[in-house]
Amino acid sequence: MMQNLFHTLLRGLVVLLVPIAGWQATVTLSGIPQYILPGPILVAQSLWDNAGLLWQNALWSAGNLGLGLLAGIILGIETALMLALSPRARWLLRPMLVIAQAVPVFALAPVITLWLGYGMPSKIVTIALVTYFPITSALFDRLVALPAGLVDLSQLSGGNPCRELLFLRLPHAVPGLLSGLRLAVVYGPLAVLIGEWVGSSQGLGHLMLMSNGRGQTALMFAALLVLAFLSLCLWLAVEALSRWATRLLLCG
Amino acid sequence: MTAPAIHIEGALHRAQSLLIDRFAITFAAGGWSALLGASGVGKTSLFRLIAGLPSAALLDGQIAASDGAPIGPRVAMMAQDDQLLPWADALDNIMISARLRGDLLQPDHAAALLSDVGLAGFERRKPAQMSAGQRQRVALARLLYEDRTIVLLDEPFSALDVMTRVATQDLAARLLAGRTVVLITHDPAEAIRLADVAWIATRAGILPCPLPAARPPRPPEAVSTLSSQAALFQRLRLISETGAA
Ligand SMILES: Nc1ncnc2c1ncn2[C@@H]1O[C@H](COP(=O)(O)OP(=O)(O)O)[C@@H](O)[C@H]1O
Ligand SMILES: [Mg+2]
Repeated sequence: MMQNLFHTLLRGLVVLLVPIAGWQATVTLSGIPQYILPGPILVAQSLWDNAGLLWQNALWSAGNLGLGLLAGIILGIETALMLALSPRARWLLRPMLVIAQAVPVFALAPVITLWLGYGMPSKIVTIALVTYFPITSALFDRLVALPAGLVDLSQLSGGNPCRELLFLRLPHAVPGLLSGLRLAVVYGPLAVLIGEWVGSSQGLGHLMLMSNGRGQTALMFAALLVLAFLSLCLWLAVEALSRWATRLLLCG
Repeated sequence: MTAPAIHIEGALHRAQSLLIDRFAITFAAGGWSALLGASGVGKTSLFRLIAGLPSAALLDGQIAASDGAPIGPRVAMMAQDDQLLPWADALDNIMISARLRGDLLQPDHAAALLSDVGLAGFERRKPAQMSAGQRQRVALARLLYEDRTIVLLDEPFSALDVMTRVATQDLAARLLAGRTVVLITHDPAEAIRLADVAWIATRAGILPCPLPAARPPRPPEAVSTLSSQAALFQRLRLISETGAA
């Protein structure tokens, strides 16, 4: 147990340290100017010096991200359930779902900003929109793919569609929901960046643009690192949720 | 609980092609009927029609219970793969139909049935934590929990090893006594062991099949069982070679 933990830590350290050392070596040996590629020491320094600024902007981005994800997930689950229950809704909305998968929803960010302004609403809507579609379609695809034997079971038992949805389709669709969530936590941070690049006066994406414009490349890298850290945390949370759900559903 | 006989007559079609030509058969009231026949002849399709499930086949004729009441609501079914919910434990699997209807659940009754099929102590096990034979017994307990008078078994024992199969057959014969049971099987030994009446489905129609005089379940190693089995085997081979009786 301790041995295992030690190995995990060691591996993490190596995986982290080797690229950083390579990065520093590249910077030192090649003589690339700081404003093109600052070394990791410089970036760390900038992280430290601008901790307050970064924290403030990270808070804003993370808040938007959290609210946007929440809205996208809840609406996505609701839509998928509604589509699974109602053939009429399916007939109406399914083509839209297919089109939304083929068209980059990200491209709507400028339009949304135009309509909703530079503040939080436009960011939250952008994030919700890009997470909504993958959640809806991943969940819906599993909801309607109940194995034939279970469909027979449901019909022979004489139950109603709502109970079938709750006790058969929903548990069967949990893996679909999880893969939707995995996509959502990848698309979410991207939507944060794009939303803020299109137009914003706060946030990590905004900070990146600003520091880039002012030649503060180290600060840009620092903001990027914070956003990457945020994404990583979300991803780890979904992984943990997925492992927990799988164990709960399959054994134990 | 009075189990009806089931009469079926007509011809079975699928799209434009004929599956089984005109036949008239009866599944005995409160007994075991075996339905034999080559794979693809249309046995499962016929079952789905009896149960009122969507079927790709069409019966040009009729299916009726001897008491005239509808068949569908009295049917419970068990197939080759056990169709258990992978996420639910044995008890929840047994009670799933009641849960789907919104009936009051009777976990004590479910646990009693589980112990009837020899799985006391398995209440909280999930399907992945059981062997194929144990899963099939949970499916049997689920069937018993439903307490329907007509039971359709579609090759339920075919995935089990021989000794497990014989044990599960005996168990099913004992626990399903008194119900109208129809068993689809491609195993002559199984039909000879379990059936009161047996039918052989072919493209040309469904033919009666003689059985030993002893009452089922017949011992698998008895001479009369084995010789009937040999005779049936010969007949099935003849049918598969000539395409009909
Ligand atoms: N989903 C399907 N699509 C096309 N053909 C099918 C389908 N299901 C069954 N069939 C055909 O219908 C016929 C009867 O099938 P089935 O009733 O399953 O036979 P059995 O149970 O006797 O093996 C077979 O010839 C099979 O090829
Ligand atoms: Mg079949």
